Amino acid sequence: MRRFILIAVPYLWLMALFLVPFLIVLKISLSDIALSIPPYTPQLDLTEGWSGIKAFLSQLDFENFTFLTQDPLYWRAYVSSLQIALISTVLTLLVGYPIAYAMAQAPDEWRATLLLLVILPFWTSFLIRVYSWIGILSNEGFLNQFLLWTGIISTPLTILNTNTAVYIGIVYTYLPFMILPIYSALEKMDGSLLEAAEDLGCSRLSAFWLVTVPLSKAGIVAGCFLVFIPALGEFVIPSLLGGSDTLMIGKVLWEEFFSNRDWPVASAVAVILLLILVVPIVLFQRNEQKQRELDQ
Amino acid sequence: MRRFSWFNATSLTVGFAFLYLPMLILIIYSFNESRLVTVWAGFSTQWYGSLLQNQSFLDAAWVTIQVAVASSTIATILGTMGAYVLVRGGRFMGRTLFSGMIYAPLVMPEVITGLSLLLLFIGIGLDRGIFTVVLAHTTFSMCFVSVVVSSRLVSFDKSLEEAALDLGCSPFDAFRLVTLPIIAPAVISGWLLAFTLSLDDLVIASFTAGPSATTLPIRIFSAVRMGVSPEINALSTIMIAIVTVGVVTASIISKRSSLAQQRDEQAAARAT
Repeated sequence: MRRFILIAVPYLWLMALFLVPFLIVLKISLSDIALSIPPYTPQLDLTEGWSGIKAFLSQLDFENFTFLTQDPLYWRAYVSSLQIALISTVLTLLVGYPIAYAMAQAPDEWRATLLLLVILPFWTSFLIRVYSWIGILSNEGFLNQFLLWTGIISTPLTILNTNTAVYIGIVYTYLPFMILPIYSALEKMDGSLLEAAEDLGCSRLSAFWLVTVPLSKAGIVAGCFLVFIPALGEFVIPSLLGGSDTLMIGKVLWEEFFSNRDWPVASAVAVILLLILVVPIVLFQRNEQKQRELDQ
Repeated sequence: MRRFSWFNATSLTVGFAFLYLPMLILIIYSFNESRLVTVWAGFSTQWYGSLLQNQSFLDAAWVTIQVAVASSTIATILGTMGAYVLVRGGRFMGRTLFSGMIYAPLVMPEVITGLSLLLLFIGIGLDRGIFTVVLAHTTFSMCFVSVVVSSRLVSFDKSLEEAALDLGCSPFDAFRLVTLPIIAPAVISGWLLAFTLSLDDLVIASFTAGPSATTLPIRIFSAVRMGVSPEINALSTIMIAIVTVGVVTASIISKRSSLAQQRDEQAAARAT
């Protein structure tokens, strides 16, 4: 009996507040927009029994999904989200790898402190970290002031409200997610392997490419997914740092829901975003599973 | 004895400068006298004063704290139960679905979680307010707690529990007297994680809060959309200070307790 309660409580909670809401999104994505409260039809009317359910099901259709494929806005938003997420993942890897590498090579007594320094920003408010870049990147911001002062540029650069600002924002906020898995892969690496490679005539650079990089592959893959998956549905960064022409699907969904009040289309946008995410999520899980088996 | 090579020293310096400079600038300019946030006009703490007199920020902070305390506490209880079921629960009907529901919210985009919960609340006719935000935050943070606690449960020796059961403990007492003290650090860090996630969340709260319960991130977001303001800089500085003190204290405590544990183990090893 106790065991039953132990299982049932979290189970039912997640059913009611995770699975059921999801089915509602799916259902509304197949409904039509209407001028009513709530603003969509058909409504499920259980008082009419089976005929009510049948009538309800017959009114559902894929119209919203057809609409999404016809209006180029949505299509472009998905492609541009994928593009932005992909480019920022590569940039985060390029910034994060040297840091993780240096941390793994650092003297033992330094490591705990360095690790704490990487984790600390992760506990700090995401919103504040994104906000901190507005003052830096704006036309009169610190970056432009600095560059003008050094004489590198003579007119301020426009960075805020462009895709460049979105890349910077994503790299900055997700950097710890890239550094930590790579660091933990590199830390486990046996240093004598590098010595062996060098003894056998490898240059340091080719030893790095042939030994270090392959051995940290699991960390690289995990880090890339941990950045790519949340970046794809990101809302805060494009809406604070991006411009009006920055198309990201999280922002489109938000506007569709709050500004246009088109719940069925917003739900359809959500369903497609989730379908796109299934591939990287499954690949990520598989990578983790493989790692766990290797560790045992 | 390893030392920093020039390459590693450079990447660490540049990397940490990148991570910390933006926040450092924010902190320095929160003490700026001028309302123009990018021009230094002298030291002043006036923005902290005007922040503390701004009732809408204070109200939002109070809402946020209530939501965070309530949701992280419920999430810790549910999440620990979830972890126990996953690791020690054995087989039961729908176990795959259960573990799927634990892991899926971790990677679910916030906009989708927020939208789906809002549609649920409207569908069942629940008025939006603090209560609905607590429900929403509990749901996603209990999954994070589960992951943290289950990794601790996996690593500890199951035979300790079995010994307690053999010696006549009821399953509940075995959990309370043996399992809970061992997994306590993970439960505490799970609570802290849930608390931080709740404090931090803008997107899900925006969907589920409705006009009556404005949380601090919602308030900050609407202010920040208008551009940089010195009050927000002051508020950010306070929040950064609290987090820094919290994380550093937690790491010192955990370091001490692991040192104490090592000493105990060594003493035990000598005694045998």
